[in-house]
Amino acid sequence: MLTITSIRNGIVIDHIHAGLGIRIFYQLGLDKVDTSVALIMNATSTRMGRKDIIKIEGTSGIDVTMLALIDPNVTINVIEDEHVVRKVKPELPERVENLIVCKNPRCITSLEKYVPQVFTLVDREHGQYRCAYCDELYTVGKD
Amino acid sequence: MLQGRHLLDPTDFSPEELDEIFDFADQIIQSPAQFNHLCDSSLLATLFYEPSTRTRFSFEAAMLRLGGKVVGFSEASSSSVAKGESVADTVRTVACYADIIVMRHPKEGAPRIASQYSPVPVINAGDGGHLHPTQTLTDLMTIRAAKSRLGGLTIGCCGDLKFGRTVHSLIKAMSRYPGTQFVLISPTELRVPGYVTADLEARGITFREVERLDEVLPDLDVLYMTRVQKERFFNEDDYVRLKDFYILNADKMRLARPDMIVMHPLPRVGEIAYDVDDDPRAYYFRQARYGMFVRMALIAKLLGAC
Repeated sequence: MLTITSIRNGIVIDHIHAGLGIRIFYQLGLDKVDTSVALIMNATSTRMGRKDIIKIEGTSGIDVTMLALIDPNVTINVIEDEHVVRKVKPELPERVENLIVCKNPRCITSLEKYVPQVFTLVDREHGQYRCAYCDELYTVGKD
Repeated sequence: MLQGRHLLDPTDFSPEELDEIFDFADQIIQSPAQFNHLCDSSLLATLFYEPSTRTRFSFEAAMLRLGGKVVGFSEASSSSVAKGESVADTVRTVACYADIIVMRHPKEGAPRIASQYSPVPVINAGDGGHLHPTQTLTDLMTIRAAKSRLGGLTIGCCGDLKFGRTVHSLIKAMSRYPGTQFVLISPTELRVPGYVTADLEARGITFREVERLDEVLPDLDVLYMTRVQKERFFNEDDYVRLKDFYILNADKMRLARPDMIVMHPLPRVGEIAYDVDDDPRAYYFRQARYGMFVRMALIAKLLGAC
């Protein structure tokens, strides 16, 4: 059994779908910070079977929107003096700019780089977004 | 009010606004000479970043028949694009000279970007495999003329439905009319993109995806044919196995209803045999003629000339 010590002040991102932890880790730029960070992969979970967890010491804010776009099921626990003082569930925003990159090679955004990548939410239940230019779909947690 | 608007997507205009365009196109068909000078002082710019024959001719003919003038380029290599100019800059410059812009571009969404930078109306004349709204205006006008209605019809779309922008536009536009059903006939590899079926499901519209044309012909009010190109297939065996399913000929037409109409955005390359041309249900050349009149009506409305 792997043991990771608890953090004193910081953030724990819990209930990450197993396998997505590494993506969140890099998206948040945690490979470049100088504070203590733990990425736990494939932890046992009674609810999810397997899950990933990220613990970040010494920070109080992260880009919740971006987290929602990778895995909307995560829970963000804000820790102060080793206690959870707040739990945050990310919500999918109606419109996102420059957070999702259109994967359609025929999309104009692949050619004209000054154009912002704009996606709008079309199906909250399934986490589905649509490119504002070419209509390509992006499904949160799958794409 | 259509003056000053862009047409980027076939659903940019409401069904009532489309009727306004179709009604005006009908007036032009009745007495074209009456409208010969409607746009005398206006200039249309055609920005065609990829080759087109009939769409460009149709727009140019439409503007010239309204008394207006036309400038533009017909391929990217003969324009400033070859020097690396962006769509935004090209459009901002052209809008200094022209009153209305028609754009065809191989990249999907390019006309939308153009519209964001243009102070004059932008018309999407086809963007990649995405949309082709003026072909849809043509198609709707043809269906309206043949069937006297746009609702309650079963539309069969046959051929390359994955890259066929005319089909994507037609489905999107026809989805707004009550009672429309779709039969999507294509090889598995060339089915419509996910966003098209997602839209149909979200709207609760009945559709089915099938591989064989002959099996569904008796069910259709409208058959919309498109090309199936050999290079779209992943292997030669599939092409050989499937290509005949997507060729319409006089024998297959015997399976169709007496009032079904056959449409095609043209050009055809073998998918409709010549023995279908004399069948009164063959509407594709009438459809091409409607294309010019509906573009005349569209240009005049966007310019506020009528």
